[in-house]
Amino acid sequence: MSKHPETASQTAGPYVHIGCTPNFAGLTGLYENDLGADMATDKAQGARITLSGRIFDGAGDLIHDALVEAWQADAAGRHAGQPGADPHFSGFGRCPCDAETGEFRFKTVKPGPVAWPQGGQQAPHITLWIVARGINIGLHTRVYFADEDVANAQDPVLAEIADNRAATLLARPQSAGDYRLDIHLQGPNETVFFAV
Amino acid sequence: MIRDQSKDAQMQDDDQNAGPYLPRNAASHPAALHPPYRSSRLRSPQAEPITFPSTPSEESGPVFTGDLLGPLDNDLLHNFGPDGQSAIGPRIIVHGRVQDQFGRPVAGALLEVWQANAGGRYRHAKEGYIAPLDPNFGGCGRVMTDTEGRYSFRTVMPGAYPWPNGPNDWRPAHIHFSVFGAGFAQRLITQMYFEGDPLIWRCPIVGAIDDKRAVERLIAPLDMDNTAPMDALAYRFDITLRGREQTLFENRMEGL
Ligand SMILES: [Fe+2]
Repeated sequence: MSKHPETASQTAGPYVHIGCTPNFAGLTGLYENDLGADMATDKAQGARITLSGRIFDGAGDLIHDALVEAWQADAAGRHAGQPGADPHFSGFGRCPCDAETGEFRFKTVKPGPVAWPQGGQQAPHITLWIVARGINIGLHTRVYFADEDVANAQDPVLAEIADNRAATLLARPQSAGDYRLDIHLQGPNETVFFAV
Repeated sequence: MIRDQSKDAQMQDDDQNAGPYLPRNAASHPAALHPPYRSSRLRSPQAEPITFPSTPSEESGPVFTGDLLGPLDNDLLHNFGPDGQSAIGPRIIVHGRVQDQFGRPVAGALLEVWQANAGGRYRHAKEGYIAPLDPNFGGCGRVMTDTEGRYSFRTVMPGAYPWPNGPNDWRPAHIHFSVFGAGFAQRLITQMYFEGDPLIWRCPIVGAIDDKRAVERLIAPLDMDNTAPMDALAYRFDITLRGREQTLFENRMEGL
């Protein structure tokens, strides 16, 4: 039995950029780079992709002030810190939504399939974690790839989700290597969020 | 099903360390929707989140090492002003321990902090409060925990500030914390409050947490034992991150 309750979450608020992406917030000279600005060096293995999108609130309005974090396996399905993981790939990205367009964008590599603890594999996916003013506890979701039909059909997490809602997790290929996915916090297209 | 070597290596690793993360207890956290906090109305998902036992995607996490940190990253008094000039306001030390739900220290946790200056003003493009900026205060810092899970940084006591919510809402003095543990499942952003602040229990953001004890754990007590005499007061803020279930291996070791 655990003895201690987890510390409570509180909203990241509207000024999250000061602490998490100070260079983006105009506080230059503190840190060389904002954390998570680069996920892969030129030497990283695997197919280069971008993942971009926007976030909408329950009124259908674009959210401009969110911060999005990405966490994913490398091209071989290994996470940073595991034996054999690609040393040229951090797996961690952090992107503030653009103040004008609301867009977030990650330059990364296509992740490989990840082991499922009860046996078998999970389809390639990227975990996203979204914080902003009005979000009391960080929103955890996953992005799968719409062009991975076979792997997606066998994915044990997607299998738990009704088909119409699973579509909210599928990034659509655009031009070569570019994927897009919009996130809806409420409404008929509300994105599936997880408590894992 | 095909088992590959990386999976065997992962399972072996887990056997020796820990099992899946304990499920998050929603009662320890604010509700997504708390109407008195106006911004939560359109930004709170309506569907229940979907749960499944943690997998390598949640049990692993970004790897940060000490070489990330600059010498002044944990000194908000001096990390912004030119020529080492100090920020304006009451000098404080904030320190504590990061542990998991079993009380084990979380070593190497990265803590990022941000806050308003002593007058309650943030250095941010979206900030509109009339209190002045302090040319020597940025309001941003970071620190990593040591092998015992301990951290410490210096800063100024942040001021309370009014915010557009109800007709006259004021945030209690607070410091924002972003915390990375070992696994992405432990990812947490929270706020630390200060003992004795009468604004805490009037705040709609705090009020999103139903459990009074969970709020009390966000309130850092004054810690006279760790002050710097003639220099800085101290406040202690301990943080508990999610724990991983004990494994059979560990149970055998401890129980039999
Ligand atoms: Fe704040």
